[in-house]
Amino acid sequence: MSDAVIRWVGGPVVYATVTSAFRIGEAIEVGPHRRPGEVIRLKDDELVGQVYEDTTGMRPGDSVRGTGAAMSVRLGPHLLGHIFDGLLRPLDAGEKPAPATIAFRPLVRQGDTLTAGAAIGDLPGDGVVQSVLLPPDLAGTVETIAAAGPQPLDAILCTVRTASGDVADIGFFQTWAIRKARPVRRRLPADEPMVTGQRILDTLFPVSRGGQAAIPGGFGTGKTVLQETLAKWCDADVIVYVGCGERGNEMAEVLREFPKLADPRTGRGLMERTVIIANTSNMPVAAREASIYTAVTVGEYFRDQGLHVALMADSTSRWAEALREVSGRLGELPGEAAYPAYLGSRLAEFYERAARVRTLGDKDGSLTIIGAVSPPAGDFSEPVTSHTKRYVRCFWGLDRERAQARFYPAIHPLQSYSENAGRFAAWWAARGNSQWQPHREKLLSLLEAQADLERMARIVGKDSLPPAQQVTLLCAELINEAFLRQSAFSEVDRYCSPQRQTAMLTIILDFIDQAQAALERGAPPQAIAALDILRRVQRMGEEIGEDQLEKFTELRTALQAAMTALGKAASDAA
Amino acid sequence: MRPDLWVQGTATAIDGPLLYLRRNVEAGLNEAVEILSDDAPPRLGRVASLDRDAMVVEVLESTIGLGLRDIKVRFVGEPLHFSVGPGLLGRVFNGVGEPTDGGPPVPAHKRMRIDGVPINPTQRDLPRDFIETGVTAIDLMNSLVRGQKLPLFSSGGMPHDRIASDIAQNARLRRAGEQGFAIVFVGIGISHDAAETFRQAMQDSGALAHTAMFLNLASESSTQRLLTPRFALTAAEYLAAQEDRHVLVIMTDMTNYCEALREVSASHGEVPSRKGYPGYMYSDLASIYERAGCQRGAKGTVTQLPILTMPAEDISHPIPDLTGYITEGQVVLDRALDHKGVFPPINVLPSLSRLMDQGIGKNYSHADHPALANQLFASYAKAVRVRVLASVVGRDGLTPLDLNYLDFADRFESSLIGQSGRRTLEDSMAAGWAVLQRLPKAELSRLSDAQIAQYIAPSQTAEVADQLHA
Ligand SMILES: Nc1ncnc2c1ncn2[C@@H]1O[C@H](COP(=O)(O)OP(=O)(O)OP(=O)(O)O)[C@@H](O)[C@H]1O
Ligand SMILES: [Mg+2]
Repeated sequence: MSDAVIRWVGGPVVYATVTSAFRIGEAIEVGPHRRPGEVIRLKDDELVGQVYEDTTGMRPGDSVRGTGAAMSVRLGPHLLGHIFDGLLRPLDAGEKPAPATIAFRPLVRQGDTLTAGAAIGDLPGDGVVQSVLLPPDLAGTVETIAAAGPQPLDAILCTVRTASGDVADIGFFQTWAIRKARPVRRRLPADEPMVTGQRILDTLFPVSRGGQAAIPGGFGTGKTVLQETLAKWCDADVIVYVGCGERGNEMAEVLREFPKLADPRTGRGLMERTVIIANTSNMPVAAREASIYTAVTVGEYFRDQGLHVALMADSTSRWAEALREVSGRLGELPGEAAYPAYLGSRLAEFYERAARVRTLGDKDGSLTIIGAVSPPAGDFSEPVTSHTKRYVRCFWGLDRERAQARFYPAIHPLQSYSENAGRFAAWWAARGNSQWQPHREKLLSLLEAQADLERMARIVGKDSLPPAQQVTLLCAELINEAFLRQSAFSEVDRYCSPQRQTAMLTIILDFIDQAQAALERGAPPQAIAALDILRRVQRMGEEIGEDQLEKFTELRTALQAAMTALGKAASDAA
Repeated sequence: MRPDLWVQGTATAIDGPLLYLRRNVEAGLNEAVEILSDDAPPRLGRVASLDRDAMVVEVLESTIGLGLRDIKVRFVGEPLHFSVGPGLLGRVFNGVGEPTDGGPPVPAHKRMRIDGVPINPTQRDLPRDFIETGVTAIDLMNSLVRGQKLPLFSSGGMPHDRIASDIAQNARLRRAGEQGFAIVFVGIGISHDAAETFRQAMQDSGALAHTAMFLNLASESSTQRLLTPRFALTAAEYLAAQEDRHVLVIMTDMTNYCEALREVSASHGEVPSRKGYPGYMYSDLASIYERAGCQRGAKGTVTQLPILTMPAEDISHPIPDLTGYITEGQVVLDRALDHKGVFPPINVLPSLSRLMDQGIGKNYSHADHPALANQLFASYAKAVRVRVLASVVGRDGLTPLDLNYLDFADRFESSLIGQSGRRTLEDSMAAGWAVLQRLPKAELSRLSDAQIAQYIAPSQTAEVADQLHA
């Protein structure tokens, strides 16, 4: 173990004079209470460390001890269903003590040769099936393997003789350095969407399994609600939710709510598939910086078991600010908005850890990262948003004006994009919509036209727009009101399956076509707008649930009838 | 605690609020110090950074009158604490918790660290008890719940003090039999006048007996402003935890707090982030605002109503911006409404209460409350857009529907937001249904058919009948 003596202390940063060798990234214990920290710089006989807990009471002369290992976390079956701090220390240990044993089922036999990262067994149960893996850096021949049945937490489940002849003991747990990406066999193309159950996302701006998405938005525009909604309803196997520098009440809410909700695919409680990592805004700032890496490492650990993982980070801006604060204490040359010059590369490293992969153990797994961004003053040109934009393929920009009108989710359809969308037409075709791509384009172009027309109406007045353009406005309004709007708090509408999305989309597109036809037959736009049935269409998300898909067909028929009648009346009169 | 440590003659420099000392005692980071000079009362400070030979003390009061030779510095051996006990209510304190009302000192039953202790999220209970404030723009549109932190964003010359004192006097839970309400008023760099007006209002309503006031007046040291909310919140936490009270903490003006923070940061030579404010202002404000909440197993709660004035009325200024990112919503006052004579001049569109969804609806306020609020928001937002359009193209360029919306906007502001005297939630809801009545049914897509039939249609039919008879 190496030692050093504190020379200067201020905020979360200590300078210490070293008496033996330390390494960058090494975990350290600082002061008489052995507070955890990490070496972030070395120069001559001095180290600079950041401390992950309150430094109150620390003083020059206090000791710094090296642990000899990089900042690491302990991964294992104890994670799912629980809440941890930024260093992955349990926050609910008091109430939910760990079980004494865990059920184990071996998947290998004595004498089997295993590659690094291979599964030696799994944990049978009704929820997420977790595997016990060899560490990514260990391969060899199975010498012993535990029998099926409950095993104590510290059991040696398997012994493996490596090529060099050493014997390694494998248990339920393994440690991994948080700043190092876990290796994979290879990366796979991202050609399958992650279904979110949110119409505006799945239909207009889909994210792929293993993709990255950013949710920028000013305060109160709906980042957290959207992240929570995705955490609840997206079709991932495991959710890692990291509250990074945000509110304590939001964490409490997730803890309260998730166990009560059921996963629409499995019917199991949502908490069973969730790991929460909480470093709230009033917790130590350096640990906020680490919490993001902790979360990705946990995500990769489940990905390596052949699971689909979605990681929600709320908010990456608080993480960037933690970076800035530590950088400021180090006296580094500040870059834009006082962020350190390496902000961009840190963001890139983080988002690059999202991927769909072939794991070392030869399974398919994915880690999708969805990061909230909190730009000062809601200005998307600030450094964190603009750097993030370079590394994500989906950009879901939240709009203050929509949020103020309580139009949720407040994702602005013209400021958002998905670079993955082109790849999913086949996926949708397999689920009953072979026209997904053109439909999507039609919606987007109508929304674009709406923006132009509204600009024009500001000059000439709405009254002076020709009837065809008034109908365009009507259609765009219906797209917004009946399709894009989706309340996260509505029990009927908070989740929308791909089938239901397609049913609703079909009705909207019917309306667009038929309004056009009615107009050509001479029906005035006001008459179309005044149709009673439109109210049913506007409210279909609220009124027709997942278990009543046939009602969409009825609504479609009724709409068709009303629209045709309209055209008739007009042409009869003429 | 270790025995007191004194040093004298070790000061090497005083620079703004910073006092530089040679380090010849074993003091730790953040430790509290008292600085004595002549007969002046001791000044509080804290150790801000340390190295082998020197230390920097942040003096949390004015440094006027301090000299290098004659000052004595006492090291307390621990961070700043506040001794609290029964009898806090009805009293007036200065910004560092010393009584200024001539009464006896408060008995010291408990010494609490003024920085508080971060609450483990698993120990938090969800705030969901609807508080009826009597203000429609809040109760109906941006509901306040117990344990929430909901700031008022205001500007100079606006009636935020009156709104705050109205709320302090009128706030009640809808469930009967609630007791143990208390108010902690925190004046941060405010005028004597403002403090006195509040005290008078509380006295007139008889609420003074359960109010504690902590005052750092405009004339007092600006660095002390960093301490005032912390002392006051420590008292609030004591009242909540030990006396089972539901405490409403009114803090005004947080803008003065942030200015003080900027001042101290600049004196440290720190690299500023936006507009000269330190990069850690978010975390610093969070360490204050996050102290609101409900704790599991505790009977008492702490609700915060901070007030801040937006510099240049700019909601994107770092002070309101960072506050909005931490608090659970905001109530925004609007100059134009104030000019129109609307009281309270609350602009509901930029306002928000994030805990509203948890505190309203069937089991909490009224089953139709969420839909009504939603519809009002949607309609008013549309009406305001029409207003903008009308200001460009004139009324002539508008469709009949648009004209209807213009009319709605006026009614909404004058008869729903504007109010004289307290309204119950039922009063507020009735006023809400009433302003929606003249919009066409097709425009009410956030309401269900049943809600329209029950609250809108009867009078719409009546209105049509009236028109027929006229
Ligand atoms: N999809 C939604 N459905 C219904 N309501 C929503 C939705 N999104 C947001 N809201 C409303 O908006 C409020 C603010 O949302 P949220 O807390 O997610 O904002 P935020 O962007 O995370 O803000 P901050 O940056 O300050 O954390 C919520 O409390 C909720 O009332
Ligand atoms: Mg949020």
